[in-house]
Amino acid sequence: MPRKPRLAVFKFASCDGCQLSLLDAEDELLAICDRVEIAHFAEASSDLQPGPYDVALVEGSITTEEDAARIRRVRADSKFLMTIGACATAGGIQSLRNWGQIDEWVQSVYPSPEFIRTLATSSAIADHVLVDFALHGCPINHHQLVDILVALAEGRQPRVPSHSVCLDCKHRGTVCHVVARGIPCLGPVTQSGCGAICPAYDRGCYGCFGPSQPANTTSLVSQFRIHGHSPEKLVPLLRSFNAAAPEFQHASEQLVILRPSNEGCRS
Amino acid sequence: MTSIPPTLHENPWFTHTVRIADLIDETEGVATYHLVVIDGNSSSTYEFVPGQFNMLYLPGVGECAISMSGDPARKDGWIHTVRVAGNVTKTLARLERGDTLGLRGPFGTGWPVAELVGNDVLIVAGGLGMAPLRPLVYHLMNHREQFGKIWLILGARTSEGLLYPTEYAAWQKRDIEVTLTVDRSTAGWNGHVGVVTQLIDRLQLPRPERTHLVTCGPEVMMKYAAMSGLRLGIDTRRIWVSMERNMQCAAGLCGHCQLGPEFICKDGPVLRYDRIRPYLFVEQL
Amino acid sequence: MVTPVSPIYFAKSQLQFLIDVLRHRGYSVVGPTVDQEAIVYSEIQSIDQLPQGWTDEQAPGHYRLKKRDDESLFGFVVGPHSWKKYLFPPKTTLLSAERTESGWQFITRSADTTKFALLGVRACELAAMRIQDQVFLDGPYQDPLYRERREQLFVIAVNCTQAASTCFCTSMKTGPRCEKGFDLALTEIDSGFLCEVGSERGREVLDVFVNLARRASEGTSVVSNTDNDNVISPSIDDATPEQLRLAENARQQAVAQITKHMETSDLPGLLLSNLDHPRWKDVGERCLSCTNCTMVCPTCFCSSVTEVRDLNMDRVERERTWDSCFNPDFSYLGGSLVRNDTASRYRQWLTHKLDGWHAQFGTSGCVGCGRCITWCPVGIDITEEVAAIREGASP
Repeated sequence: MPRKPRLAVFKFASCDGCQLSLLDAEDELLAICDRVEIAHFAEASSDLQPGPYDVALVEGSITTEEDAARIRRVRADSKFLMTIGACATAGGIQSLRNWGQIDEWVQSVYPSPEFIRTLATSSAIADHVLVDFALHGCPINHHQLVDILVALAEGRQPRVPSHSVCLDCKHRGTVCHVVARGIPCLGPVTQSGCGAICPAYDRGCYGCFGPSQPANTTSLVSQFRIHGHSPEKLVPLLRSFNAAAPEFQHASEQLVILRPSNEGCRS
Repeated sequence: MTSIPPTLHENPWFTHTVRIADLIDETEGVATYHLVVIDGNSSSTYEFVPGQFNMLYLPGVGECAISMSGDPARKDGWIHTVRVAGNVTKTLARLERGDTLGLRGPFGTGWPVAELVGNDVLIVAGGLGMAPLRPLVYHLMNHREQFGKIWLILGARTSEGLLYPTEYAAWQKRDIEVTLTVDRSTAGWNGHVGVVTQLIDRLQLPRPERTHLVTCGPEVMMKYAAMSGLRLGIDTRRIWVSMERNMQCAAGLCGHCQLGPEFICKDGPVLRYDRIRPYLFVEQL
Repeated sequence: MVTPVSPIYFAKSQLQFLIDVLRHRGYSVVGPTVDQEAIVYSEIQSIDQLPQGWTDEQAPGHYRLKKRDDESLFGFVVGPHSWKKYLFPPKTTLLSAERTESGWQFITRSADTTKFALLGVRACELAAMRIQDQVFLDGPYQDPLYRERREQLFVIAVNCTQAASTCFCTSMKTGPRCEKGFDLALTEIDSGFLCEVGSERGREVLDVFVNLARRASEGTSVVSNTDNDNVISPSIDDATPEQLRLAENARQQAVAQITKHMETSDLPGLLLSNLDHPRWKDVGERCLSCTNCTMVCPTCFCSSVTEVRDLNMDRVERERTWDSCFNPDFSYLGGSLVRNDTASRYRQWLTHKLDGWHAQFGTSGCVGCGRCITWCPVGIDITEEVAAIREGASP
């Protein structure tokens, strides 16, 4: 029997929701512990063992100099580095700062801004180090995470579907919101993983699993414009949890050019 | 030519349990498995046409299409030569004698054994492409008097990739002209270095109008082998290639393996060159 | 053989008896109903669940449910669902594997006993069913679930009395008249339905239905004969010439409303001989590769199999789900993708549907229902793409 892979979980700028998904996998958690050795997982245990690790799960984005250095150490310590969630994979909701003036924000938000040291941007882990696998979602789907951990423990290459949410809507029998109601739904350009929950509950997809492969945001957004949706409505739709994912970022920046005022997007 | 067993006709998903009776390591990452059907109700006859394939199933991991590589006259099990490529073959490589897995088949078209009768046969194999051609070699040897001249040109990246090296002598003894070539010479190799097409081009076919070219290997190799065959005067209707595409159902029901209008799983894998040529040279088809 | 019978006329409310008869015979009756701001197919028990007084407005990338100014039950065309979900479900277990002491055991799924009666199948949808029959039954291999459900299927067709702007069944020669492939076929006129018989099974159900409907209407109509066949009821009877004329007019109205056309004289052949046409790149830039067209298509049959397992892997199920040639992973081969851009995927879909399908199954894969046009979020129109490829096509 080969040695159990050593697993570490690291947190950067994030809400901890994706790490919690691992803890939420209650039914499978014990079985996972049979297959992997959890060596470093601050959310679950204060027994933090040093590297090297076989698998590192990285949650959160890079927003400080310290974290930019820390992720390089994590990378050096880890054979297989996997980002979990929208923050680590695309920069998260906090990447909205990328379109703002960080100094102004720090001044207006914090009573003692002099204690705050932060980067002007929130960036994805892959902008700093090589990422072996990216698991999308805000939060991630814990079934996908469990499948991947099992695949890694069994020495298989992990794979998750990269198709759009539309396929899942059709499996469920959900009627297309874009076509039947003219609602701007990001489903056609968003990666599967959630099971198409939002459209099944009468609202459009807001893209929390990030861009699908491929994500033709240009074509979809021009269709939304034909439906009469204004850039004022569409920019915030594109700029949420995966605002800085390249396909979404590009689409929102194209729309900003169309806006009458050049106010940026602090809506 | 190939008859479909009634159980498979009615349910192509019908899966046998097979046990690994034996396994032989061939080269790095390539092994040959002797699989015996052990489910009680059905005694398999192991009938197949050279060139056909089975779906091997590793529960929890998936299936993959693997050609038969054994002697079609042998009735004591399925013989498959498998290279580690994806998750299924990787998992298979970890199994040992006595372990079980799933198998359904046989599927697909085979080499045109009946049409080869009375003809010369030029066999061109690249790397693992030798595996689906070995049953044909056995068939030709078993019925040697039915065929004219037989050439086998076998190429691989290096000499370690030349499959079944211990058998070449026996093949030559049965009047099969075996020529080997490698892309890259390594220590101890004194033979040809270069691509298979160079060896095809050098051949003097005594009667090209009565010669069939059968080839299996990387798609690009088969394309160039076919072009060389055409230059030697072999008609497009006498050139046969074995194609590979993603196969899931193996029965023409899932749509994955299409290339132009062909389902590679049921119209192929062995296809006559004139039928597939229009689609072989189109990118991303 | 079906002995021809002249069409029966019955009043609208009596359609309930037909549903009752089928349900009594163990059928799960599936019909159109309003849900999610569209007309979808779902199990129904009552005619009250039918989309009475509703219609659909359709255009490329556009569908809206609209109120009609009458109380028609079938005054619409086709919606986002197709009947294929009942014969070829979006998700099916094909096989189970169980780990035992003597190794893996494989358990073939048990036969499916669900009996569906489909109410409201249009001519293009009957054609789609015939096409899927060819795919799943007529080839060297059959799909067992499809076969089991198909054998038990009861089909009540409904003739279209109107068309959407996206309909082109007349081009594909599949409609709008329902000519074969049904057990019963209805045509809706103002006051009721004309019903034709298409099979022995249909006749048998119709006989039971007629008796039930007549008995129920005895209280309200004059019945004066012991011989059932001669019972005269104002609400169920052989159709009168006037009713036949009204039905024919209603059906002709659908024909007259069809404006979309797809030229088929050079199909098959046109697309497979123009694989390098610049239009593929053009449509590849508009297409979202979202899979919607293939999912709503009543003939698209692509699927994938995934392994569903518990963590200890003592039991594994092989699950088949609808998949699509627009899904990049669909062409995965040895670590890379054969069709790695949207243009190549759109080309695969269109050439297969309209061209390669002929070689594979002896028919086009398109029935002209227009779903792929309506339900494309960016309104790509299959007929326009074919026309554009014809422009500047190589001979």
